[in-house]
Amino acid sequence: MTIVFYVASAVAIVSTALMITRLHAVHALLYLIVSLLAVSVVFYTLGAPFIAALEVIIYAGAIMVLFVFVVMLLNLGEQAARAERALLKPSMWTGPLILAAILMAEFVYLLTAGSSGRFGGAMIGPRGVGASLFGPYLIGVELASMLLLGGLVGAYHLGYRKAPKPEVG
Amino acid sequence: MEMVPIRDGFILAGALFALGLIGVLVRRNVIFILMSLEVMLNAAGLAFVVAGARWGQPDGQVVFLFILAMAAAEVSVGLALVLELYHQYKSLDTDAVSRMKG
Repeated sequence: MTIVFYVASAVAIVSTALMITRLHAVHALLYLIVSLLAVSVVFYTLGAPFIAALEVIIYAGAIMVLFVFVVMLLNLGEQAARAERALLKPSMWTGPLILAAILMAEFVYLLTAGSSGRFGGAMIGPRGVGASLFGPYLIGVELASMLLLGGLVGAYHLGYRKAPKPEVG
Repeated sequence: MEMVPIRDGFILAGALFALGLIGVLVRRNVIFILMSLEVMLNAAGLAFVVAGARWGQPDGQVVFLFILAMAAAEVSVGLALVLELYHQYKSLDTDAVSRMKG
């Protein structure tokens, strides 16, 4: 179990280092997604399976989709097709693919290892987290919902464009 | 099986945080700065989960959920600002907006 932690840590650090040194945003995003997946494996080895799932769903899923969407939105122009072809060169996605394959191997190992792949300490599942979240931390949940509402209104306000005035006469 | 030592978990969190900080300080593309901020937030949450696992309490995971909500709000506003920046200056370089008005 600890070896899984160390391998996932190495993958996380290597992919993050490669992320901050990429020149193109899409390549950096690929490495960032691999880094988040590696941190998710680390969460699982620390006995937090619920947080590991949320890391994949919200960070690597929702937030990274926003990033990819904005990067692709800013990529418009006449040379977009040429850039697209350069983006999809095999040499660009083999690095993230190798790192993701290491994580996949760890995943298969954890599923097939049986009792030897079990976490040593106390595994805290969704039940414990939920009982704590809606018990002593209830006011924090309310504050987080206010924060998300504020983020929603702020993003809408910043993205709002006034329609051009219709020409009269 | 033995547990992962808490020291190694904190070393990983510190290394990821330092890499994110280097990214914020070195890169000038605003998209890269936002991505490095995500790495730093993630590393801070990892430190909370490591500490929570050490004492077997769910509090660390609860704080990670709050960090997750904060990161989602931050990235939505941040990316809206990036789009606005691009529409005004046709550039993603933060040096383009280093001068204040007035």
